[in-house]
Amino acid sequence: MSDTNVVASAADLALVERLRAGDETTFMMLVEEHQATMLRIARMHVSSRAVAEEVVQEAWLGIVKGLDGFRGRSSLRTWMYRIVTNVAKTRGQREGRSIPFSALAGDEGEPAVDPAWFFGATEPSPGGWRRFPDAWHEIPEDRLIGHETLARIGSAIEALPPLQAEVIRMRDVLGMSSEEVRNALDLSETNQRVLLHRARSRVRRALDAYLMEERNER
Amino acid sequence: MSQRALTCHEVVEIITDYLEDVLPAEDRRRVEEHLVVCDGCTMYLEQMRETIRLTGMLTVEQIPEEQQRRLLEAFRTWTA
Repeated sequence: MSDTNVVASAADLALVERLRAGDETTFMMLVEEHQATMLRIARMHVSSRAVAEEVVQEAWLGIVKGLDGFRGRSSLRTWMYRIVTNVAKTRGQREGRSIPFSALAGDEGEPAVDPAWFFGATEPSPGGWRRFPDAWHEIPEDRLIGHETLARIGSAIEALPPLQAEVIRMRDVLGMSSEEVRNALDLSETNQRVLLHRARSRVRRALDAYLMEERNER
Repeated sequence: MSQRALTCHEVVEIITDYLEDVLPAEDRRRVEEHLVVCDGCTMYLEQMRETIRLTGMLTVEQIPEEQQRRLLEAFRTWTA
């Protein structure tokens, strides 16, 4: 490709070539890797799981038919997710669903840490820790990475407002860059970061509550 | 931001900006100065880093085979 600003990897470009040739194994590999994420993206904007599945199928058609238009200016997954985002938003509008950004993003004013953890304005050191956060490094690694702890993180993410959940999954589970995430979900740089901040803060709180309760039982 | 020292309450709200390395140099310096003298915020930063590390251990869920099969059939018609 002659573009000067290609950011897609050589692996992405090779995948695109194989898809263009109608390679089924490549297609199924992509489905396995991306279908769950694509369904969640779609589900944010439409009324039901069934409609989300239709949206994703339509997006796959758009992806396969649009491969010639993939110039590699983003990673392949970012390009694919953006197509789902666009198809889903259009479908949502057609359904007459207009979901305010705030409903997907959650409460803007939510503090990262419960204010009760800090001294109040009239106390000796206002805004300082009333009690320090726990030292997690004292917790054995096998407990930290144990099934139960990871399950708690999973439930904490499930309980987040949908956009926060998607941003933290993309950033911290899938390992996408902030740039990739904001392109995939059509977010501004600031919104991406605010959503990530709230999501990580809430997951930390859930994890801390769980780890503390474990410790108190011992 | 003013030039007075940051409070812990303020640090936890800009911790993501700090980790994402998007703070203006001056604010970054103020966070670092705070961390040097504050065990509470150092612990908090460690908890955030651990949260990120542990979240990274989650796996992506699988989708039903039936759905995969339907997509493959569709793919065949699209590329035929």
